[in-house]
Amino acid sequence: MHDIANNFINLDAITILYLFGVGFVGGLVSGFIGSGGAFVLTPGMMSLGVPGLMAVASNMCHKFPKALVGAMKRFKYGQVDVKLGLVLGVSAEAGVLYGAGIQERIKAAFGDAGSNLYVSVAFVVILATVGGFVLYDAWKTYKSGNANAEEKAGKLALWIQSVNIPGTMVYFKSINARVSILFTIPLGFATGMMAATIAVGGFVGVPAMIYVLGAPSLMASATELVIAFVMGLGGSLKYALHGMVDIRLAMIILAGSLFGIQLGAIGTTYVKPFMIKVVMGVIMVIVLFSRGLMVPVYLSQLGLIDKLGDTTVKLLKTTSFAIMIFALLLGAFIVLRAMWQGRQAERLQHAAGALEHGEV
Amino acid sequence: MAQSTIKKKPVGKMLVMGLISIALYALLLAKQDEVNILFGKGSWFAFLPIITAFVFSFIHGSFTGDFWTVLGIEAARKKKEVK
Repeated sequence: MHDIANNFINLDAITILYLFGVGFVGGLVSGFIGSGGAFVLTPGMMSLGVPGLMAVASNMCHKFPKALVGAMKRFKYGQVDVKLGLVLGVSAEAGVLYGAGIQERIKAAFGDAGSNLYVSVAFVVILATVGGFVLYDAWKTYKSGNANAEEKAGKLALWIQSVNIPGTMVYFKSINARVSILFTIPLGFATGMMAATIAVGGFVGVPAMIYVLGAPSLMASATELVIAFVMGLGGSLKYALHGMVDIRLAMIILAGSLFGIQLGAIGTTYVKPFMIKVVMGVIMVIVLFSRGLMVPVYLSQLGLIDKLGDTTVKLLKTTSFAIMIFALLLGAFIVLRAMWQGRQAERLQHAAGALEHGEV
Repeated sequence: MAQSTIKKKPVGKMLVMGLISIALYALLLAKQDEVNILFGKGSWFAFLPIITAFVFSFIHGSFTGDFWTVLGIEAARKKKEVK
């Protein structure tokens, strides 16, 4: 414990601005798709010299207050299903604990490289399958010309809604149907496991709510903020018990992210629902390449392939981190652009309305 | 009555919350060594970072919300029509 306490980094103006800026962009994306930012923030803090566990803990301690503010904002827009968020959040908490346990066992057996390889492979597999599907679905909606149409639950979701298991059925307003909690528990658990493994549970939670339960994209992404709050609060407390939270880092990131999350939440009221899938899918697929680049590094450290030269390792690490930052910035750009276009369209509509009523 | 849709911007509230927020951050950074020692103790002291996060989110969250409102960036006035 004493060692950890000695690992608080010195903060200068550049570091503060950097954390504030990454916090803002991460918050903007989170406000829009319900999660995101953590995959850049944690390695970003580590690059400043913050020990890995402290970076994870500090990230989590900024996540739950950020998610709380975002959830409250989107609740005002009628996008949050609190009951679904809490039900999934509680099972996600169990998933976090289980996922962290697996991480610890892998680390004990195979060391840091083994643990990093596990995280990267999980990233690549999950992001390739789920991210690819989300992006494909968004593309299909865009091409069909039904981007404005109300989202309909898919076949899987309709089947799940039709299954009646007495004593386990709960009504969720976002789905507008009764669903057995025997289906929600594993989904929440998987979300938590992902949060403990790749730091972004929403990459599983949001698509699960949309495709498995049949929730609309806007409500799924808003409800994810409730899950993130529950998971973040539990996780922060767990790390804080061991004195691992650097509250300065957490609050500086929070300073930027609260500006971002408010803006991202406002953005959701201007865009077509499929834009949630576009932003999420694009980020997931780009991050997949970023993590994929690191796989050879960890394989080499474990001796499973020929040893890579120091220059190659450095190049792969830098490129990987740069791609992650690019993913986040591109996500933020799409959010801002969609929001700008939505605002312009609304203004034109109002101007046309005013002209029609002879107010101008 | 007809003009009741024109809302007054919360400039005063934004300024008050903004100033409190700046004061909180200034205090946190000015006393960072003491804070690190205290918050790094763990155990029952674990509640300190949690309470701090809630306080900052309430004050700074209120400020950032009003900040965008004052700038005129607000939610769409009505829901999009579903065609």
